[in-house]
Amino acid sequence: MAHTINADGLRKRYGDVRAVDGVSFAVEEGEFFGILGPNGAGKTTALEIIEGLREADEGTVTVLGLPPWPRNPKLLPRIGVQLQASAFFERLTAREQLQTFASLYGVPARKADAMLEAVGLTGKAGERVEKLSGGQAQRLSIACALVHDPELVFLDEPTAALDPQARRNLWDVLRQINTAGRTIVLTTHYMDEAESLCDRVAIMDGGKILRMGPPATLVRGLDAPARISVASGVLPLDDARALPGADEAADDGVSLTVETRDPSAVVAALAARDALTGVQIRGATLEDVFLDLTGREYRA
Amino acid sequence: MSTWQSFRSLARAMFLGFRRDRGALFFTVLFPLMFLVVFGGVFGHQTSSKVDIVEIGAAPLIDGALAHDADLRKTMKVTRYATSAAALRKVEKGDASAAVEQRDGTLVVHYSAADQVKAGTVRGLLGAVVQAANQEASGKPPTYRMSDVQVEDDSLKAIQFFTPSLLGWALASAGVFGASQTLVTWRTKGMLRRLRLSPAPIATVFGARVAVSLAVAMVQLGLFLAVAQLPVFGLKLVGAWWMAIPTVVAGVLAFLGIGMLIGAWAKTQETAQSVTQLVVLPMAFLGGSFFPLDDAPVWMRTLSYVFPLRYLNEAMLNVMGRGLGPGSALPQIGVLLGVAVVTAFIASRLFRWDAS
Ligand SMILES: Nc1ncnc2c1ncn2[C@@H]1O[C@H](COP(=O)(O)OP(=O)(O)OP(=O)(O)O)[C@@H](O)[C@H]1O
Ligand SMILES: [Mg+2]
Repeated sequence: MAHTINADGLRKRYGDVRAVDGVSFAVEEGEFFGILGPNGAGKTTALEIIEGLREADEGTVTVLGLPPWPRNPKLLPRIGVQLQASAFFERLTAREQLQTFASLYGVPARKADAMLEAVGLTGKAGERVEKLSGGQAQRLSIACALVHDPELVFLDEPTAALDPQARRNLWDVLRQINTAGRTIVLTTHYMDEAESLCDRVAIMDGGKILRMGPPATLVRGLDAPARISVASGVLPLDDARALPGADEAADDGVSLTVETRDPSAVVAALAARDALTGVQIRGATLEDVFLDLTGREYRA
Repeated sequence: MSTWQSFRSLARAMFLGFRRDRGALFFTVLFPLMFLVVFGGVFGHQTSSKVDIVEIGAAPLIDGALAHDADLRKTMKVTRYATSAAALRKVEKGDASAAVEQRDGTLVVHYSAADQVKAGTVRGLLGAVVQAANQEASGKPPTYRMSDVQVEDDSLKAIQFFTPSLLGWALASAGVFGASQTLVTWRTKGMLRRLRLSPAPIATVFGARVAVSLAVAMVQLGLFLAVAQLPVFGLKLVGAWWMAIPTVVAGVLAFLGIGMLIGAWAKTQETAQSVTQLVVLPMAFLGGSFFPLDDAPVWMRTLSYVFPLRYLNEAMLNVMGRGLGPGSALPQIGVLLGVAVVTAFIASRLFRWDAS
């Protein structure tokens, strides 16, 4: 049985820009796969090659065992795509929009209302798309991608414009779909989102995949210290540095933070000094992996 | 997923989008109708009205003639005034062509020299009335007679010309604008790539757009005919006027083809809009939508053959204005369909899904 997605050596150039520069990966059926990377890393370009919207200069790709390029009518009903830039029929309401997309897939129009409900737009069903807010339009665009219950879903920054409630609710929707056996590929700039949703992530930069694997594995592989912080002033900085197991300590006036590879020793020592006021313990996150791999400079 | 179902829902979506677009509604439907009302109103009343005559007191000579001669009643309208002052004022103001009073055997005609044609007409008419009365009084048969035969009028009435040709202009601008704007907007706003991801065949997408344009064109045709047939404008549909329907279909296809060609080529909405203007306006003028080409200089008539609108106008005039048979529109329909095929083919070569 072939992989759900099989990309091999994909390359795409725009003039001098190597937007995608040798990308290979495979996604299994039922997997939740995330692509992370700074602006301009080539995430959208890679995704659009796989969706069949762009032709790769080099490399091969199969989706559900089929080539997506040129436009493949056998493949299209089986995938659902939310593009980074939403596009709608002009002057239709949210419901009409969904009904129209549904009928393009032979899905009964009543499915539209269920989808509106799922993305929390029931109250905006009769509103013209031009009048939706940015986040509402994005949710409608996601609903349009999901309305025909595709086997494979591509979402390009689905939560970029969403408020925290909408973001959590969308996570629930996506988890449900994934639990029902659908494969999901998404791009995001939110590391917590990737960590919480994705079985596996690929971190891209400069058109290349720098690292790929389950978020927990990537974080562990980073071998970064844990950070333990307490309220500033509960302990002199020098005492903190001298705690057993402490590698480094800093006090920014709000919190005193100790970096350590032996958090239990540090916590025990702090407890012994009765200095646990406002304690927070943070292990390394995907964000640390990301910044470690891609650096801290701005991208064009 | 049946293609037919996709087609229907796409057509419905596009039609709703059009119906809710106030600007497009105005420019494709209302604006040309306003032209029809104005042009039909201004040029439609060139049929000469009756000669208005006021009698001062009784004029038995005239009353007798009117009683005998039904034709005279069609050309003359007589009102009686008791005093000469009021009657003469009407003539001075131009409200009546002449005031007449009968003094025994003499018919005195007061006329104004301000309108020479009117004055001439009324004097000739009244002269003929007097002469006929004289002849009857003499009891002798006339030596010379005139026999008149009416010839069918070949010249077009204003409304017969303006209805089909202004409709032609309306269809041309709706078709070319509609197609070019839709194509460019869909491409620049990413709607084309979104539709590309749906399983609907591209032919279905464009077929739906064409169907919406044809439906809108039929509404335009219906409204034009309804307005032109109002008693004020007085268009009469006779003979093979129904050939207007296939002619309109062929015309719309040709204009959509031109619009798609512009839309496929142009990169931005602004470019598409200006190029469309550059095509439609000269085509409307030189294709004979605003004035009859029959009266135009030779170079203009020759030039008109490059504009598809000319063929639409000509075919529509033949079947709606000139009352020619159904076959009279066929050559033009052929040309229009040819234009549609050629432009659609070139447009499909230039077609791009993506703005970049
Ligand atoms: N159509 C295009 N024409 C020219 N250059 C392009 C085009 N699309 C993308 N690029 C370039 O390719 C590179 C990758 O772009 P891409 O959109 O794939 O990045 P991304 O990872 O999706 O970024 P973001 O996080 O901002 O969405 C960028 O440098 C971009 O400028
Ligand atoms: Mg992107």
